[in-house]
Amino acid sequence: MSWSTAGIWAIIVTLGIGTFLMRFSFLGAMGGRRLPDWLQRHLRYTPVAVLPALVAPAVVWPPATGGDPDPARLAAAIVTVAVGWWRKSVLAAIGAGAVTLYTLLFLLG
Amino acid sequence: MPASTRKSAYLTGLRQGAPFLLILVPFALLFGVVATEAGFSLLEVMGFSMVVLAGAAQFSAVQLMAENAHTLVVIATALAVNMRMAMYSASLTPYLGAAPLWQRALVAYGLFDQTYAVAHARFEARPEMTVPERIAFFAGAVTPMLPAWYGMTLVGAVAGRSIPPEFALDFALPITFLAMVAPALRTPAHVAAAGTSVALALVFAGLPFNLGLMIAAVAAMVVGAEIERRMGAR
Repeated sequence: MSWSTAGIWAIIVTLGIGTFLMRFSFLGAMGGRRLPDWLQRHLRYTPVAVLPALVAPAVVWPPATGGDPDPARLAAAIVTVAVGWWRKSVLAAIGAGAVTLYTLLFLLG
Repeated sequence: MPASTRKSAYLTGLRQGAPFLLILVPFALLFGVVATEAGFSLLEVMGFSMVVLAGAAQFSAVQLMAENAHTLVVIATALAVNMRMAMYSASLTPYLGAAPLWQRALVAYGLFDQTYAVAHARFEARPEMTVPERIAFFAGAVTPMLPAWYGMTLVGAVAGRSIPPEFALDFALPITFLAMVAPALRTPAHVAAAGTSVALALVFAGLPFNLGLMIAAVAAMVVGAEIERRMGAR
């Protein structure tokens, strides 16, 4: 790595300010005004629209296996979604996913 | 607004936020280890966790810097990863927009995937909550998470040794995010949005600067909203 201390801090501070501005954007500018219905309707889907896209490539092509699809990780992802949907519980889903992952990694070694 | 309902909202937030420590702790630990091994000083590693406060973006930035990518590429990629924060901000505005500016600024600093998921679920389920109660709930949810994020980054950075790959910690993030999404798949519109999100993220995975993520997310929101509109009710 060939970064000067100043170069590293420039990146940290820029990312900090940029990220804060994105977090503050609507909360800061809109105040108590009501968002239009069409926008609210879209925003209701923010979590289910962003989070799956954030992780889908890592589920199908895990960096840890050099990008090769891995049965243990695929199965763990499917079990996590199934249990989370069925039990409506984040913790139950994480637990089931972790157990599936470690069991299959152990069995398939 | 009686202080007692604010206090109980704070305690509820504390209770509902606490389970997410199971996710934050290994994630922060891992960031401390990875960034230290990439060659960053203790102060710089802590700077990332305290100033940027966004796991996925921190990992992206450190990864690219370790590969000696151009400064602009590092910044553009990490900010693209964080663009979802603007969506979170907009999504919480109907619930928190009437709060004083300084409170909204503090909420903004503490707004990340886990606090957003906890707060949005609670606010949606309890429309009768007042704005001060919502702020108190959010403060409660953040209370255990921030010290854990800073502290475990520090522990990881000081320990400075690799966690053995057998622990498969690379998969802690995907499992966490999927576990947060699954309980929200309660209507055909939500399922269609999630399906669109996965499909397009895979199709566009090769695009630079995480553009695939942004395309998939925006398209999925449009699909969800359009299905909701056509079905006439949520």
